[in-house]
Amino acid sequence: MNTMNMLDKNLDTTTTKITARDVNVYYGDSHAIKDVNVEIDANTVTAFIGPSGCGKSTFLRCINRMNDTIDVCRVRGDILLDGEDIYDKRVDPVQLRAKVGMVFQKPNPFPKSIYDNVSYGPRIHGLSRNKAEMDEIVEKSLRRAAIWEEVKDRLDAPGTGLSGGQQQRLCIARAIATEPEVLLMDEPCSALDPIATAQVEELIDELRANYSVVIVTHSMQQAARVSQKTAFFHLGNLVEFGPTGQIFTNPEDPRTESYITGRIG
Amino acid sequence: MPTFWLIVILLALTACGFFGGRRRALASANGNPRDLHSLPVYYGANVAMSIAIPALMTLAIWLLVQPMVIETRVSASLPSEVIAENTSIGLVMGDVRRLSDGLDEAVVQGIFEEKQSFALNTEATDVRAALGTVGVALGSDVRPEVLAAAQQYRQLSSTGKRAMTLVCLMLALGGLALSLRNTNKTFRARNVVERGILALLVLAASLAILTTVGIVFSMLFETINFFGLHTWRDFFFGKTWAPNFRGDSELSMLPLLWGTLYISAIALLVAVPVGLFAAIYLSEYAGSAVRSFAKPLLEILAGIPTIVYGLFALLTVGPLLLKLFGQGEEGLLGLTWMSGATSVLTAGLVMGIMLIPFVSSLSDDIINAVPQTLRDGSLGLGATKSETIRQVVLPAALPGIVGAILLAASRAIGETMIVVMGAGAIAKFSANPFDSMTTITTRVVSQLTGDTDFASPETLVAFALGLSLFVLTLGLNVLALYIVRKYREQYD
Repeated sequence: MNTMNMLDKNLDTTTTKITARDVNVYYGDSHAIKDVNVEIDANTVTAFIGPSGCGKSTFLRCINRMNDTIDVCRVRGDILLDGEDIYDKRVDPVQLRAKVGMVFQKPNPFPKSIYDNVSYGPRIHGLSRNKAEMDEIVEKSLRRAAIWEEVKDRLDAPGTGLSGGQQQRLCIARAIATEPEVLLMDEPCSALDPIATAQVEELIDELRANYSVVIVTHSMQQAARVSQKTAFFHLGNLVEFGPTGQIFTNPEDPRTESYITGRIG
Repeated sequence: MPTFWLIVILLALTACGFFGGRRRALASANGNPRDLHSLPVYYGANVAMSIAIPALMTLAIWLLVQPMVIETRVSASLPSEVIAENTSIGLVMGDVRRLSDGLDEAVVQGIFEEKQSFALNTEATDVRAALGTVGVALGSDVRPEVLAAAQQYRQLSSTGKRAMTLVCLMLALGGLALSLRNTNKTFRARNVVERGILALLVLAASLAILTTVGIVFSMLFETINFFGLHTWRDFFFGKTWAPNFRGDSELSMLPLLWGTLYISAIALLVAVPVGLFAAIYLSEYAGSAVRSFAKPLLEILAGIPTIVYGLFALLTVGPLLLKLFGQGEEGLLGLTWMSGATSVLTAGLVMGIMLIPFVSSLSDDIINAVPQTLRDGSLGLGATKSETIRQVVLPAALPGIVGAILLAASRAIGETMIVVMGAGAIAKFSANPFDSMTTITTRVVSQLTGDTDFASPETLVAFALGLSLFVLTLGLNVLALYIVRKYREQYD
């Protein structure tokens, strides 16, 4: 068994970052996620697609335990990050979320200055020793999020005063400022116009070099453009998971085919 | 005809108009409501409105204006020597009114005939005795000039009343005829009724505003009277509050203002932290079970009458503080800072308790209005719950919370009962919170309930104080509104 794994790794030269085993999620009485098994690779963009209410966002929020903030939500099964169970009692969800960053559907900059928005995470985690280091972190994060040139002269201006696309890139900068290992994105472009969407997509592709990115999207074109792996969810089940090219050109499951050709959803 | 019957007739006409309008509209469409522009009810309502509104409005205005007009005419015709004997024209006119009412009453009870009552003269009949038998007591014997004026008064009143009845009925019938003539199937009754409703809403809104303006003006006139009798320098810049009912008082607002602000500041020191922390707990940490009983429980505090808080201050908090800080053997801490149960601290603490639900329920609403996405964003970065609240939720809610605090402050400044019972009645400048002090509101009460001439500066100062208080709280409210508006859109 061990040698088999070793062989696998050697074959495709990627490492598994997140492993989910038999994950079930319940909201009160409703069963939102049913027996999901998935392996998410490092330095890869993985897209979750599926019709509304299929559980893809719920599953995404399981990966950094954001569902803990919802009282009625229960999670069963194992999710391993680098081989460690994140639902283990010894794991502090607050520490976990520093490692697994998240970008939300609607841009949600804090009502603070642009600088304070980005420095928020590093500050609460004590990532810098002095102002100069913090300046460096802020600049680096803003540069990586491809928004530095637009805001470098007005770092003291409120983050809420930016345009929608700029706000979302600011939120991405904010998320990567804590140097997470995984970046979760919940429909990050759904509130953006096509130009801002293109900028964010380009950014996602660049982020792949440093992070594992998991993105939930309603746009199949977007999934095809940015991801290497795609998972199709339907009614709480993970129907199909594989390389993006294969899912879009040669799906195995009839439900996947129906969805990507627009017959259901 | 008494006014009551006139109103009944107008209402009856209105009801008839409603059904008549409905029927006429239906008839114009040959009984098919689909051919009508509006529902039949609207045609009825249109006719009813055309009858009732002009007639009733005229009636209301007439009832207000007629006594004023008659009064000026009668008082103008009074010979000047009648007034010279008495002190003022107001007293004579009071006699005239009472006499004419008495004569009317006597006619109703059958002592005099209608015609006989107008032909009375003071030599032939003892009018005072006659009126005494119907229960109208006059202060002195009736003089001929006053009787003549009273007769003129009655004459004018009855003429005016007859004219009023006539005009109102004409208006009602005119409205009925005009609106019935307009009623046919193409008439847009619905739009007309809609405009009527709009007018009603505008009327209600302007009534509220006009009342405020009226209050301000009535205070303003009395205040101007006050400053005619007392120098404004003493009121605004004096050092002592020492009303003396023999006159020559020192009436400075400053010691009272100091007491007001001191007590309010202590109240806010109690209410703001407790209220805010309670709001944070209830909105961010408490489970729905705790919330569902704790929130109403907290809001019960807001429903307690302030006089009950006053009793609490007088009977519980005051003696307790005295025991802790008081002089003599009873002082548990061995201190002699406090000499009586009434003090700034007593009133401030109890007022603070009163303001807790005010601050907490407003802040709770404001904290709940901070979008969940902001909390998610912060939690998603690995912030703990309290970091999220301190650094994201509270800054976002801050303008609203400041507004809530300022509203609480203006309540504290205007509070009376707790201060009357808890703070004492001594007006002085002192920084010692264990001293008795008094506030603007309690002095307004004591100056107005005194047994003095209404036109003396000692009484009129109450209006100046009231107006100052009004300006102070208005300023705070405007400031609160400004802050809330200016920063409200931060997270929208």
